[in-house]
Amino acid sequence: MSDQLLVADKLTRRFGGLSANEAVSLTLTRGRLHALLGPNGAGKSTCINMLSGDLPPSEGRIYYQGRDITALDAPQRSRVGIGRSYQRTNIFPGFTVLENCRLAAQSRHQRAWRLFANALGLRDTLDKAHAVMAEVGLEAQANRIAGTLSHGEQRQLEIAMVLATDADVLLLDEPLAGMGSEEASRMVGLLDTLRRSRAILLVEHDMDAVFAVADEITVLVNGQLLATGTPAQIRSNHEVQQAYLGEEAFHA
Amino acid sequence: MTIKTHTAGIAQAVVLAALAAYPLVGSEFYVEMVAKVLVLGIFAMSLDLLVGFTGLVSLGHSAYFGVAAYAVALIAPEFAPANLWFVLGAAVLISAAVALGIGLLVLRTRGIYFIMVTLAFTQMAFFLFHDTALGGGSDGIYLNFRPEPRIGGWMPFDLAEGSQLYYFILAVAVLVFVGIKRVLRSPFGRVLVGIKSNEHRMRSLGYSTFNYKLGAFVLAGALAGLAGVLYAVLFGFVTPELLSWHESGHVLMMVILGGMGSPVGAVLGAGAMVALEEAFSLLTTHWQLLMGGVILAVVLFLPGGLIALPGRMRQLIKSGGPHE
Amino acid sequence: MDIFSFLVQTLNAVQYGLLLFLVASGLTLVFGIMGIINLAHGSFYMAGAYLAFGLTSATGSLVWAIVLGVPLAMLVGAALEALLFVHLYKRDHLEQVLLTYGLILIFEELRSLIVGNDVHGVAMPDFLAGSIPLNDTLSYPVYRLAISAVCVVLAIGLYFLIQRTRLGMMIRAGSHDRDMVQALGINITVIYRVVFALGVAMAALAGMLAAPISSVGPNMGGQVLILSFVVVVIGGIGSVWGALLGALLIGFADTFGKVILPEFAGAMVYLVMAAVLLWRPEGLLKKGA
Repeated sequence: MSDQLLVADKLTRRFGGLSANEAVSLTLTRGRLHALLGPNGAGKSTCINMLSGDLPPSEGRIYYQGRDITALDAPQRSRVGIGRSYQRTNIFPGFTVLENCRLAAQSRHQRAWRLFANALGLRDTLDKAHAVMAEVGLEAQANRIAGTLSHGEQRQLEIAMVLATDADVLLLDEPLAGMGSEEASRMVGLLDTLRRSRAILLVEHDMDAVFAVADEITVLVNGQLLATGTPAQIRSNHEVQQAYLGEEAFHA
Repeated sequence: MTIKTHTAGIAQAVVLAALAAYPLVGSEFYVEMVAKVLVLGIFAMSLDLLVGFTGLVSLGHSAYFGVAAYAVALIAPEFAPANLWFVLGAAVLISAAVALGIGLLVLRTRGIYFIMVTLAFTQMAFFLFHDTALGGGSDGIYLNFRPEPRIGGWMPFDLAEGSQLYYFILAVAVLVFVGIKRVLRSPFGRVLVGIKSNEHRMRSLGYSTFNYKLGAFVLAGALAGLAGVLYAVLFGFVTPELLSWHESGHVLMMVILGGMGSPVGAVLGAGAMVALEEAFSLLTTHWQLLMGGVILAVVLFLPGGLIALPGRMRQLIKSGGPHE
Repeated sequence: MDIFSFLVQTLNAVQYGLLLFLVASGLTLVFGIMGIINLAHGSFYMAGAYLAFGLTSATGSLVWAIVLGVPLAMLVGAALEALLFVHLYKRDHLEQVLLTYGLILIFEELRSLIVGNDVHGVAMPDFLAGSIPLNDTLSYPVYRLAISAVCVVLAIGLYFLIQRTRLGMMIRAGSHDRDMVQALGINITVIYRVVFALGVAMAALAGMLAAPISSVGPNMGGQVLILSFVVVVIGGIGSVWGALLGALLIGFADTFGKVILPEFAGAMVYLVMAAVLLWRPEGLLKKGA
C-alpha cells in the first residue's frame, strides 16, 4: 500500500467569474501532518471543501490511494476513509457525547435494514465510541449533552467523531480556533499522536502551532498555491515572507 | 430516570387496559369514535416519523392514507367480502409504492420547497381519484362487505362484529406503536434523528442521507396506508376528501397538538383533535372557527404540545410564577 | 384542432396563466423577501372574489368594485401584516404552516358567517360583455382579453417597480441581505408591510377579475393556493419572472390538458411540476427578482 493517501491534482473552483482556487495541488502522506496556510480569503476553506466532497471542483482530479474519487459525494468520501472536522463546531448538540461518537462509529457498519435491532446494543459501535472518547480525553463527559460542553470540549468531540469513522485522512479545519492556550497545547499533542498512523491536513491560523507540528506546509494566496515545503523552507521562502507572513511573524 | 420509565410504563399499561375494557361499557357510537381515534393515531404516528423524527415537514401525507383506502374499495369484490390479509397487504404495498415514487421526487427539495411540493403531489392524487372514473368521482365508493380475515378455511375473528373490529384496530395500533418505538432505537432510527438534528454532519460522517430519508418516507407512507385500510374497513366508504390537502393539514395538526417527536403524543393529538371537533360541532355549526383559534393558540402558546404540558406545569410551579 | 380553436385555447391559456401570475407573484415575493410560507394567500383571492360580488351589487359595476376594492385590499393587507403576520417572521416553517393553516379555517368560517355558503355570479361590465367573431362558429369574449391586458399592464408595472424605483431597490436588497438593508438605514418594517399589502392586493384583484368568468363560492381559495405553489416551485422561490414563466406554463398545461386528456387535466399541471423537479429541483429561475 502506498503511503501517499490523498493526492489533489490541479484543483480549480470558480464561483461565477471568480476563481477561489486556481490549480491547487497537494499530496497527503501517511505519518505526516500537512498544514495549509494563507490569509483570510486565500481559499483554504474552498480547498478543504473540495477534498471532503462538500463542494465539487470545477476542474482537476482527486485521488485516494491511487483511485480517482473526484465524482464521489461527501458521504462516499467519508466511507472510503476521508474524515473532516469543521471550522464552526458541527456536532449534534442535543445528543449525549456518547451518542455523538456512537452515531459516528455506526457509519462504518450502518445496518440500516435491521429495523428492530437496538442501536445501543451494537457492541462494536459502542466499543469504538468509548475508545475514541478515551483517545481525545472526553470519557468522563460521556453522558453529558454535547451542547452543554465548553467550546474546547466541543472541538475535542468533533475530532473524536472523525476518529470514530476510522478515517485514514483527517481534514481538520481550524481545530484550535477559540481554544485557550492549555486546551490548544493538549490538542497539538493529540495531533502529534494522531499523525503517526494517518495523514492529516491542518488548516490553522495559529502560526506557532503550525510551525511546531507541521511536517509540510502549503501556502495559498488569492486562491493560488504560492509555495510548498518543510517549515524551514517556508520560513526562509522569500515570496512567502513578502506576500503573507511579514517579518514579525518569524521573530515573535 | 428508571422511576420515570416505570411511571411511563405503568401509565401505558393503564391506558391500554382502559382501551381494552372500553367496549364493555361504552355505547356503540363512542366505541366507533375511539376506534376512529386509534386509526387516526396510527396515521399521526406515521407522519410523526417524518416531521418529528426526521425533520421532514410533509403537507401531503393524506395521499398515502387515501390511496390505500381506495385500494381496499377497488380491490374488494362487489358482491362478496374480500380477504382481509390480501387487501391489507396489497393496499399497504400500493401506498408504499406511491410513497417511493413521490419520495424520489420530493426529497430532491428541502425547506419551503419540500412543504409545497408534498402538498402539490397530494393534490394530484386527489384529482386522479376525483376526476376519473376509477375513483367513482366526488361521491366515492362504498365498501359493501367488511373484509374477512380468512386463513384457508379458518376464520379467527369476524370484523362484521363491531367489538371484534374494535379489538382488531386496537391490536394493530398497539403493534404500530411498539414497532415505531423499536424502529426509533434501531440504527436506522438513530440516523433519522441525527438527520433532523444536523443533516450536513450526518453526510460528512458517511451517511447517504437521501436513502435514509427515502426509507423513512416509504415507511411512513406504508403506515399511513395501514391507517387508510382500517379507516375504509371501519366506515365502509371512501371519498376523494380522504386525499384532500385539508386532511394532510388535519393530521399534521394532530402531531403538533399532541407533541411531535413522540408516538404517545401523536395518539394523544389524534384523541384531542377528535374530541375537540365533536365538542365544537355540538356548540356551533361554525366550529371550524373555534378549531382555527385552537390551532393558533397551540402553536403560539403551547410549544411541545400536550405531551410537554405536565413538564411545563411542573416547571411553572417550581419557578413560582409564569416567568421563564 | 383547427387554427381558430387553437387560437382560442392559446388565448385562454395565456389569460389563465396571467391571472395565476397575479396570485403567485405576491406569494413568491413574500417567500423571497420575508421568508414566510403563507397558506392563507389563497384566502385573499377568495376575499377578492367576494368583494367583487358585494361591491358590484352595491355600486352597480365591476369597474367601481375594482377601483374601490383594490385600495381596500391593500389596507386590509397592511393591517393583517401589522397585527398577525409580523409574528411569523421569527418562527420556523412548520409553525408558519400551522398558523396560516389555522387562519384559513378562520377566514373560511368568517366568510360563511358574513356572506353564507351560496355560490354567486358577478356580471361583467357592459362595455366588455361582447365577443369578437373569429369564423362562422367561433368567437372570443372581449372580457377575457381585457383580463389578459390588465395583467400584462400590471406585470410591466411590477417590472418597473422592482427594477427602477427606490422601493424596488429596497425590495431587491431586502431579498438578498437583511442585515445590509438594516445597516443602510432602510426601514425593513415598512418594506415588509408594503410588499405584503401589495401581495394581498394582487391576489384580491385576481379574484375580482376572475369573478365574472368563474363562480364565487366557498373554498375557491384552496385550489388557487396550490396552483400558486406549483407556479412558485416551477419558477424558483423569490423570482417574480420565474413566477411569470411558471404561471404561463401552468396555463398552457391546464388548458391544453383539458382538451387533449380531459380525465387527467387536473393532474397535468403536477406532471409538469414533476418534470421541472427532476430537471431543476430549485426551479427554472433561481432567486433574484
